[in-house]
Amino acid sequence: MSPGGEELGARLRDGDLAAAPSVLNLVESRTAADREQAAALLRAVSPARLGGEAPGHVVGVTGPPGAGKSSLLSELTRAWRARGRSVAVLAVDPSSRRSGGSLLGDRARIVADPDDRALFIRSTAAGDRLGGLAPATRAAAQALAAAFDIVVIETVGVGQSETEVGEVADTVAVIVQPGSGDVLQFLKSGIMEIPDVLVVTKADLGDLALRARRDLSAALRSAGARNTPVVAVSSVSPVQGIDTLVEALDAHRAALDVPARRAAARRAGALADFVVEHGERGLRALGGRREAVRLLEAQDTGSDAPTLLAALEARL
Amino acid sequence: MPASTMQTMEHRLPDRDRPWMMRTYAGHSTAKKSNELYRANLAKGQTGLSIAFDLPTQTGYDADHELAHGEVGKVGVPVAHKGDMHQLLDGIPLDEMNTSMTINATAAWLLALYITVAEENGVSAVALQGTTQNDIIKEFLARGTYAFPPGPSMRLIADMVAYTITEVPMWNPINICSYHLQEAGATPVQEIAYSMANAIAVLDAVRERVGERGSDLMGTVFGRISFFVNAGVRFIEEHAKLRAMGVLWEELGRGRYGVRDPKHLRFRYGVQVNSLGLTESQPENNVQRIALEALAVTLGRDARARAIQLPAWNEALGLPRPWDQQWSLRIQQVLAYETDLLEYPDIFEGSKVMDGLVAELLEGARAEMAVVAEHGGAVKAVDYMKASLVDSHRERIRRIEHGEQIVVGLNRFTESSASPLIDDEGGIMTVDPEVEIQQREAIAAWRAQRDQAAVDAALAELGRVAASDENIMPATIAAAKAGVTTGEWTAALRETFGEFRAPTGVGEAAAGDRDEADLAELRAEVERIGDALGRRPKILVGKPGLDGHSNGAEQIAVRARDIGFDVVYEGIRLTPSQIAASAEQEGVHVIGLSILSGSHRELIPSVIAALQERGVQAPVVVGGIIPAADVAPLQEAGVAKVYTPKDFDLGAIMRDIVELVATRNGVAAQA
Repeated sequence: MSPGGEELGARLRDGDLAAAPSVLNLVESRTAADREQAAALLRAVSPARLGGEAPGHVVGVTGPPGAGKSSLLSELTRAWRARGRSVAVLAVDPSSRRSGGSLLGDRARIVADPDDRALFIRSTAAGDRLGGLAPATRAAAQALAAAFDIVVIETVGVGQSETEVGEVADTVAVIVQPGSGDVLQFLKSGIMEIPDVLVVTKADLGDLALRARRDLSAALRSAGARNTPVVAVSSVSPVQGIDTLVEALDAHRAALDVPARRAAARRAGALADFVVEHGERGLRALGGRREAVRLLEAQDTGSDAPTLLAALEARL
Repeated sequence: MPASTMQTMEHRLPDRDRPWMMRTYAGHSTAKKSNELYRANLAKGQTGLSIAFDLPTQTGYDADHELAHGEVGKVGVPVAHKGDMHQLLDGIPLDEMNTSMTINATAAWLLALYITVAEENGVSAVALQGTTQNDIIKEFLARGTYAFPPGPSMRLIADMVAYTITEVPMWNPINICSYHLQEAGATPVQEIAYSMANAIAVLDAVRERVGERGSDLMGTVFGRISFFVNAGVRFIEEHAKLRAMGVLWEELGRGRYGVRDPKHLRFRYGVQVNSLGLTESQPENNVQRIALEALAVTLGRDARARAIQLPAWNEALGLPRPWDQQWSLRIQQVLAYETDLLEYPDIFEGSKVMDGLVAELLEGARAEMAVVAEHGGAVKAVDYMKASLVDSHRERIRRIEHGEQIVVGLNRFTESSASPLIDDEGGIMTVDPEVEIQQREAIAAWRAQRDQAAVDAALAELGRVAASDENIMPATIAAAKAGVTTGEWTAALRETFGEFRAPTGVGEAAAGDRDEADLAELRAEVERIGDALGRRPKILVGKPGLDGHSNGAEQIAVRARDIGFDVVYEGIRLTPSQIAASAEQEGVHVIGLSILSGSHRELIPSVIAALQERGVQAPVVVGGIIPAADVAPLQEAGVAKVYTPKDFDLGAIMRDIVELVATRNGVAAQA
């Protein structure tokens, strides 16, 4: 018998990193009984139970395919572990539209010591959600942030996925490689939200990477985001820029109003869950999306996602 | 016949050709045992040596490293230092012998050991003849015994070529391998195109290294590059493939590298014929296959192999015994000495069929080479080529499964009487597990008796050179002489070069498109089980140990995805504890392990123990070259199901796995 949500929540509150696999097995499950337990888990790690927001730093890492996200993540993970921080990586891969199955390959690219219990990696298929988060990822991130110092959500794509990661992460880093003109266009046209940190990979390409960095900085300025740092990194030997990136991520988090961002994340999660359960029809019954958001914003900012969802459902 | 006709006769050679060099790919257990085997093989009429190294030696680990567990002395001989090499070559005249070493990531090191042993026996490096395989790109694509990232790997190759060209002038520093591409499923066109692209990458890297010494040297370099090819049972087309490679090679020499000397432009190759097509069922049929494949590389004089080694009839069963290898040597000898093959000029000259086939292959290969060039050359196109190979192999399996490609004794004509060739031991050789323990002790003893200060100094110098732009060979030879070990040499370079994991090729593989009807039923069942479990069934496909033959694992991974599993595949070279950690963290429902190197009896129980330690309940299935005698012990150790090469029907394997997931999780059978 797998452990229940309350018990897993207690283990996470105690900093028991070994609870992570069971937490993921639970939040990924769609059976009615497990969903109840998953809700119990989230309540058990709510700000009220923790005496504040979960202390972990939830970092979103996203970008177009081939940008070098996984190699970067491998180096980033190594840097965090070297600083003594525990790390959970939630890697979201797309699913095959045809079979529903998926090949989860990112794990292979992250160099990990199997005996290092403070590093947890879980690959998840995005399922039906085109370019988005796996349904369980929000819940997993909220829960694991209670025990891990860093929770990374890695997704593929620019646009939709980057927006969704922004709804759950404290800090979003968008990874691009030199020569990705589409990202520039997306930034300028507002298709893409302004990331908290922009990372240019393959800095070993030299001038090309330098130019990419300049172009991106210019695009950010013209979009009115003067303060977004642009960091150039190289994940191949000689590795460079990783420490600067760690500092940039830390700096963003230090300046962040964590309770506000987390409250927004929980509201967005509750709304997403509501739409999965009740669809557009349910939204209309609440008086539309705007009305739903207003309802959520009227709730206590420390409310956990299941409580928020219940508040919405109470109006049906 | 009048004398005048005799003189102008063009359909016979004035003198019978000399046979090609005959070798047997051999080595096992220890240097001493392998040396005995080599001497016996030479006494049987073998004319050259072909050294098979074990996987730890190939990937740069000493016998006492965690990753070496189960692999020591299995698929070849362990050579850890110059003492081992002395023993391996004991009594063999190195100034006369022509030695081929199947060694890649650690080629510079093994060549250094060979040179050291020769010199310590009074033979100068100038007199040495032989070949180091040394083709790293195909290791990333197909064989998996890489040690360093692509950039530094190419640098090591360029260093070796630049060094041998002046210091060991009769040595072939690299064999560009198309062999392993075919084993990984390459079509003839892919085999030609990817190996030529690979050669271009090597030659370009070497040109940078020797460029300043003038373009004349490039001709010499070009002339020292040889190929290692494969030949399948479609032997007419296979012969055409070799002629096409000859045409492309000459073009490349003239066009890209400005080589003019016809001697340098000649396409030279050695061959080991196809193992992929050898069957476990009715294995005696493999003898015919091997003989026909040997024809592919000997029939036409203009594209005849310089050196041949043939696999043994029982390779799909396990490791061949000396007698099995003798049988394959005798195939070569019958072909060379009994038949009239060597009495004629090229028998395909003017053949419409042959010219047509060559033209077809050339057209396809040129197009595919252009695609690789668009990717930025072979090194940058590894991901693309790997995914293409996985796709081709999948197509091959599909054709066999559907009976579109006939394999006698496997999917047609399967009725068989019992074979008298399989004895109580299973008709194969088994390596004594004591070998690993002895080897671990021997290496400790070696380290204890040597001059440690000299070793430390040699390793420090090696590290300095690795980080510099200097040629790696002199420091490597100095390290060999000082008594450094294989694992120490590689570790010193890993320090500077970093480690590397090659792409798996499965993420990019196309989704199953032709078998919708076959797949639909299983997909529905996977959905049903997923609904009952609460989440989609998830499988971990893992390759424990050092074995890099990942075809089987890749095909299982792709097919599992195609029937709706979430698949975690991490590629090759995993320790039992890595596999167990992944299984636990990923929450998988079933674990599939693949091993072809014969180390299953050690590694599989280790994986199961590591899983138990972490409390992972998921069942384990195993696939690979597993002798019949080993199946029961594996099942006793807790393996749910064992698959061997005779289980060619991937669909049937998938049905088993789906059912296993259902029953282990208490999901009732389908109504």
